[in-house]
Amino acid sequence: MKEILKINNVCGGYFKEEIIKGISLDVKKGDFLVIIGPNGSGKTTLLRLATRVLPLSKGEILYKDKNISAMDLKEFCRRVAFVSQDTSIGFPFTVMELVLMGRIPHLKRLQFESKRDIEIATEKLFLTDTLNLKDKRIDELSAGERQRVIIARALAQEPELLFLDEPTAHLDIGHQVQTLDLLKKLNRKNSLTIVMILHDLNLASAYSNRIALLDQGVIFKEGKPEEVLTYQNIEAVYKTVVLVNDNSVTGRPNVALVPGEK
Amino acid sequence: MHFKRRISILFFLLGLAVIFGLLKGAVNIPFTDLLLKDNQPIFNLRLLRIVAAILVGSGLAVSGIALQAILRNPLAEPYLLGTSSGAGLAAVTAVILGLSRLYMPLAAFFGAITSIILVYNLAKERGMIADKSLILSGVIVSVAFSSIIVFLVSLFGNEAMHEMNWWLWGSLQVYDYKLLLLVALAVILGICGIYLFAQDLNAISMGEEEAVHLGINTQAIKKILIVITAIITASLICICGIIGFVGLIVPHMMRLVVGPNHKLLIPVTCLAASIFVVLCDLLSRTLFAPVEIPIGVITAIIGAPVFIILLKKGKRI
Repeated sequence: MKEILKINNVCGGYFKEEIIKGISLDVKKGDFLVIIGPNGSGKTTLLRLATRVLPLSKGEILYKDKNISAMDLKEFCRRVAFVSQDTSIGFPFTVMELVLMGRIPHLKRLQFESKRDIEIATEKLFLTDTLNLKDKRIDELSAGERQRVIIARALAQEPELLFLDEPTAHLDIGHQVQTLDLLKKLNRKNSLTIVMILHDLNLASAYSNRIALLDQGVIFKEGKPEEVLTYQNIEAVYKTVVLVNDNSVTGRPNVALVPGEK
Repeated sequence: MHFKRRISILFFLLGLAVIFGLLKGAVNIPFTDLLLKDNQPIFNLRLLRIVAAILVGSGLAVSGIALQAILRNPLAEPYLLGTSSGAGLAAVTAVILGLSRLYMPLAAFFGAITSIILVYNLAKERGMIADKSLILSGVIVSVAFSSIIVFLVSLFGNEAMHEMNWWLWGSLQVYDYKLLLLVALAVILGICGIYLFAQDLNAISMGEEEAVHLGINTQAIKKILIVITAIITASLICICGIIGFVGLIVPHMMRLVVGPNHKLLIPVTCLAASIFVVLCDLLSRTLFAPVEIPIGVITAIIGAPVFIILLKKGKRI
């Protein structure tokens, strides 16, 4: 498999402190890569660097051998989309208007959306099971519905690479599985490459083909779920005692918490 | 399409408002006489006022829309960045220095632009502008300049005070049609400029980071739009003074009617705000004729209750 994104020895962060302290990571085409790590380990910052929200202070990131900071921003956004963690939206756009905004990278200035754009938006609404909401206002939706609409918008960009920052954070377990199943399906059938932050280690284990475990701005361990999700790794990074066994259905590692107080 | 029908209804209403504005005034002249040669000056004067009203309405409302979107703050209005007090201070200074009335607009324009540059640089940090610091520095500069205005006026007495009144509450009495033409050019170009960014405003109103993910260079666009809105408001202040609430309530009401999509919101708001200001001006001329009430008083008297209703009724404004 060929690399779609190469992160080469990257450092970066915010004004006062460097959060990412030298990370190298390759994303191959068709990957379902999940980034895990404790709070403050730099997961979100890494995605911000990779999607050009923050500038790098060292290193380079290549998208198909092209340096991303040299690419035209709109062209970059036709290939790479991002679903953020915070999905609150202040202005009362309708669901359809919002998903059509995913077409902005494909439109020229002042160009109105064509029939084709509306078709694409409708298709993505159907795919994320939100077509029945298309005329509702975004502020009338539940958190789960809103999250799926935001995913539909990212899909409307027709990206090859999709970043997601904890897409299941506000969802109940039913919607968590539904959302991740959808992403897995897109990953398999449409060969959409996915890089996702998850807090839930078992969801990470069940859906990913590779996991990167971050700790204090560097990659602690990267590899297949069974290589990364060992009790030694988890205890070292999260400072928490856990029990790891196999999920009898998926055969993937299953992480159980061990309470400190009984 | 709904949209086309709404636009034509608004055009029709604007036409009616303009006709009313031409017919009614401090002196009542029958329609047929208005077109006579003798009454030409009155007709021209009213026409100028209506042109000014349309410019003020559309210019302030569209500037309001742009600032509300880039700051993601529904309470943003065109004077937020200190233009009004900057213009006021410059005008007062001009009066005190004994400059001729001719230079007042020029002074006001530079006052307004200076205060925006000041606010902008106060808010800037490492080449980026944070929304909150922009709003805060706007408030601080406004308060500081207003206090200097009061200080100067209390030192230099009534003469300055009298000249100031129409600045602070606005008037559409335009004497200089050449200046009006210049302002018209700035306002129209400015509105067209803002409309060019309609799509970007949609994306930015969802959040700056969201907009970056849609391929929009938010920092550059914010700077361009702040400059455009500054030029529009500064030009309007120098011929009409400060007219409040127009840039605040008309965009809100139109958001309720057509939604927040800027491609529709901007043209619809342009028309609606023009109608609103033409009618407010009509009231300011005729309510207590021959005394003219400053138009800012009328827009505030109508605007404040409307705003309260919007605030109480809609969960979001």
